[in-house]
Amino acid sequence: MKNMTKTGWITVIGMVMLAILPPYFLLNGHAFYMDLALRLVILGIAAVSLNLLLGHGGMVSFGHAAFIGLGAYAVGIPSYHATWGGFDLIASYNGLLHLALAIGVSALFALITGAISLRTKGVYFLMITMAFGQMAFFLFQSLDVYNGDDGLTIDVRSELPFINLDSPMQLYGLSYVSLVIAMLMVKIIVNSRFGMVLQGAKDNNERMVTLGYNTYFYRLTAYVISGAMCGYAGFLLGNFTTFISPDMMHWTRSGELMFMVILGGASTALGPILGSSVFILMEEVLSSFTIFWHLPFGLMLIGLVLFVRGGLMGLFKGKGE
Amino acid sequence: MDYTLLFMQVLNGLQLGLLLFLVASGLTLVFGILDFVNLAHGSVYMIGAFICASLTLFLGNFLLAILIALPLTGLVGYAIEVLVARRLYDKDHLDHVLGTFGLVLVLDTLAHIVWGPAGITVPLPAWLDGQVELFDGAVIPVLRLLIIGTGLAVAGGLVWLVNYTRLGMLIRAGASNRTMVSALGIDIQMLFALVFALGAMLAGLAGMLISPLTGASIEMGGQIIITAFVVIIIGGIGSMKGAFIAAVIIGLIDTLGRSFLDTLFVLFMSENAAETAAPAVSAMMIYILMAIILAVKPQGLFPPKARG
Repeated sequence: MKNMTKTGWITVIGMVMLAILPPYFLLNGHAFYMDLALRLVILGIAAVSLNLLLGHGGMVSFGHAAFIGLGAYAVGIPSYHATWGGFDLIASYNGLLHLALAIGVSALFALITGAISLRTKGVYFLMITMAFGQMAFFLFQSLDVYNGDDGLTIDVRSELPFINLDSPMQLYGLSYVSLVIAMLMVKIIVNSRFGMVLQGAKDNNERMVTLGYNTYFYRLTAYVISGAMCGYAGFLLGNFTTFISPDMMHWTRSGELMFMVILGGASTALGPILGSSVFILMEEVLSSFTIFWHLPFGLMLIGLVLFVRGGLMGLFKGKGE
Repeated sequence: MDYTLLFMQVLNGLQLGLLLFLVASGLTLVFGILDFVNLAHGSVYMIGAFICASLTLFLGNFLLAILIALPLTGLVGYAIEVLVARRLYDKDHLDHVLGTFGLVLVLDTLAHIVWGPAGITVPLPAWLDGQVELFDGAVIPVLRLLIIGTGLAVAGGLVWLVNYTRLGMLIRAGASNRTMVSALGIDIQMLFALVFALGAMLAGLAGMLISPLTGASIEMGGQIIITAFVVIIIGGIGSMKGAFIAAVIIGLIDTLGRSFLDTLFVLFMSENAAETAAPAVSAMMIYILMAIILAVKPQGLFPPKARG
């Protein structure tokens, strides 16, 4: 472990703390901190998936909340029909079905919207992904079957083999392991030949195209992977909150997700987790002082853009990294 | 098919389209000239509506309220430019989006603090309250006619301003070569601030005009900004002509889709299925249209010329 960098060490220490502290708090009767940690870890997975696009691929997706929503509705809709009847094809409490739906539908949505969005670049891409995200929001808002705007309560959580999602400890265990796997996956992808092409296209797309790479295909693949990963986070979030509504897909949610990645430090491993931690703590602390917590939050966001480069991870970087 | 109803819905769609144009024109103006993405544009629309609503209640005169609220909204835009936007021009689009997203949160919360969470209903003045009968059975509220008229007048005014005035000439020159224009002794910063304030006034005007119909509410900004984005994406970002045409198309498609899609669907599916499918599809229609147009023309209908 001699050749570990300073940020590498911080990543390991941060992840070890996330593994130990929340279960410790829960066992000592502080269920509240467990709730915070659960949200943090689940949003962390979503932020990691966005980081693959935004940080490593240079694709600024402003519609990622849609995937969270799709994943969550993939739990809510089958569970709703299993309780109240109708739509026999998917009506079930089976968690593996929910999982397959969450990942499958998210990947499909990513494939279709990505195929169109990736024909454009820069600010067009940003606005189009935002518009597609809003499309998903309005779609679920208009579905009266699932209470539209008012949202849906999930009465029965996904039933998985070996794991009982009704237990906060087990749900946390699953979410934490998922987060670690997501981080490792992104690391492996980024360091693979595939990831090299992706980063090469971020720096200079024309050069990669001239070298004979079909960068469109590489980007679309990354977009689908990221969307599916984010849909998986939605699956966990639905099982955690047991309440889902179109609000999860609203464009401001996508903005918050982007904020987490940038705040923590895009294209770093721990950055998205650090960003989501700060976001959730800030939301908790500020909103306990005032219902107008968006005001200081917004000011901090403006300050972040104007004065901080490279996010929080940038502050920790050792010499020569 | 009820042709009177169809005609009235076309007029309603036109009204929505021109309202969208008022918002989108400022957005596309600022993007085309300053290369700046402004998420907070919707919040200015909302603030315009609130200022006008308060003034209407205070003065008891809707028209006078608009006349006072317009420069005030312009001032809000000017303040945003000087305090935040100006410092972001040199950064990339991602920073624009994050910074103005912060602005959205700040402005929405400020509106919440000043005007409360519930929003304000604006009383319709007597002269706007009536309806005009265009032909047998086809009536349209005067307010909607006013919005259509104002939208068309603003469109004409903008074409005149940008193409036939000295200010417009400077704006166009500043867009293609900032350094050269400022070397010729023009205060380019002031010029850009003016453009920004003008865009804010247009969005504010839209908010003021719609306020007697929908009231002023905090959510209205976030609702219109995305549709305005769709308009400028379809039209080609930076193109005024594109924004106008796209806004009218979107207004018509959205309104007609919401009112006639279920009638259309019943033709080839059961009534029950149509009742579920129609609202879902009509909610997505403008995005589907955007997807189709972009699949054919990735830069929109009227792509801006390459920057020098």
